[in-house]
Amino acid sequence: MCLALPARVVQRLDGEQAVVELGGVKKTVSLALVPEARPGDYVIVHVGHAIGLVDPQEAERTLALFAEMGAAR
Amino acid sequence: MKYVDEFRDGDLARHIAARIATAVQPDRRYSFMEFCGGHTHAIARYGIAELLPEAVRMIHGPGCPVCVLPIGRIDQAIHLALERGAIVCTYGDTMRVPASPVAAGPSPGDGVPLGGRAAKPPRGSSDPLSLMKAKARGADIRMVYSAADALKVARENPQREVVFFAIGFETTTPPTALVIRQAAAEQLSNFSVLCCHVLTPSAITHILESAEVRHYGTVPIDGFIGPAHVSIVIGSAPYEHFADEYRKPVVIAGFEPLDVMQAILMLVRQVNEGRAEVENEFTRAVTRDGNAAAQAVVSQVFELRERFEWRGLGEVPYSALKIRGDFAAYDAERRFGLDYRGVPDHKQCECGAILRGVKRPTDCKLFGTVCTPDNPMGSCMVSSEGACAAHYSYGRFRDIPVVAA
Repeated sequence: MCLALPARVVQRLDGEQAVVELGGVKKTVSLALVPEARPGDYVIVHVGHAIGLVDPQEAERTLALFAEMGAAR
Repeated sequence: MKYVDEFRDGDLARHIAARIATAVQPDRRYSFMEFCGGHTHAIARYGIAELLPEAVRMIHGPGCPVCVLPIGRIDQAIHLALERGAIVCTYGDTMRVPASPVAAGPSPGDGVPLGGRAAKPPRGSSDPLSLMKAKARGADIRMVYSAADALKVARENPQREVVFFAIGFETTTPPTALVIRQAAAEQLSNFSVLCCHVLTPSAITHILESAEVRHYGTVPIDGFIGPAHVSIVIGSAPYEHFADEYRKPVVIAGFEPLDVMQAILMLVRQVNEGRAEVENEFTRAVTRDGNAAAQAVVSQVFELRERFEWRGLGEVPYSALKIRGDFAAYDAERRFGLDYRGVPDHKQCECGAILRGVKRPTDCKLFGTVCTPDNPMGSCMVSSEGACAAHYSYGRFRDIPVVAA
């Protein structure tokens, strides 16, 4: 039920709407809850609404942590 | 897909598993509850349980909104569609949840047909209805992807009452708040919401301190995996009081398998070191304060409900939201004068004990026999995120020993 996926903002439209792209699929969603999102940002999309932004630096940091664990063995 | 695939890497998962195996102390057992159905699903689907050492046990919590939706609420939605002539819009997840047998009511096929012969009741007419079955009987029930789609249906059908049957945790609540505010701005007079939104922190507290703990016995929970998407909205701060007061570590984790593995490692370390803190594994999307825009619209439109029934947990105080008086015109309960009537689950259903971690799905007599995902009896079998449904779909063959032919 709380399924939500990270999608890239392609283009902002009128009325707090935006086109987002996810694995080649484009969809119009609402940015009313994440008004600061800009094209190129990744937003977490849930039931037709972006509910949060993905922080690319934090994502890199988490992945680096995982990789470190792999390398340490 | 970016931010998805790289968090599903099998090799890295095995590395984290090795770290967990090393971190686990030999004389100790670790029981962690993943609150969210999203985590339950990930654990079952990606075989995470197999990667964990025997000393680590995952308990599946009640964080699946479809599962905890009480039967009486489904009855209300069916009543609105079948007897009040409303168009009921809802998320697909709720369509198959069985209603109470009472809600089955007379079938349109029960009357005397034109030919004059008394009709035989259709097969299975005594089965409880679901929204899906009610739709088959002619009720106007529409599956929507977004709350905004329900509003669109209302605009397109000005002569009909349109009710959005809204369920979900804090993730799903802000979009509902937005449509109520939008309906008010447009002065739509035919739109209302049957609000069944519930709150995560109060449910976690309830699991630890409810009176039923005495009835079911206690289960030692050493820590919690905190919700992913719920926490994007509410932030990590609401769990702090909880970690503090109950001395339980909480690690907020994303829904991908590596996120879950890493969170388990962090919990094991907290337990070993005697810490009870809120840690955040899902920093790429969760901040301490959460999404302020979402919180603002939710508190503008909703207020706390004094009590709300959770399927499998019973009545939980201050665990749900209701629509504020300013928006009363959009509250389906007030608009249609609905009364709530609780409906007990099947007598042999063990969901109450399973949701608290006291029993496992296979401890239930109904599991996989009477109760299956196609014919769910109890809450945990209703959605693919429920503990029983996840085990039925991905884990039940694990219970059968492999023997050479």
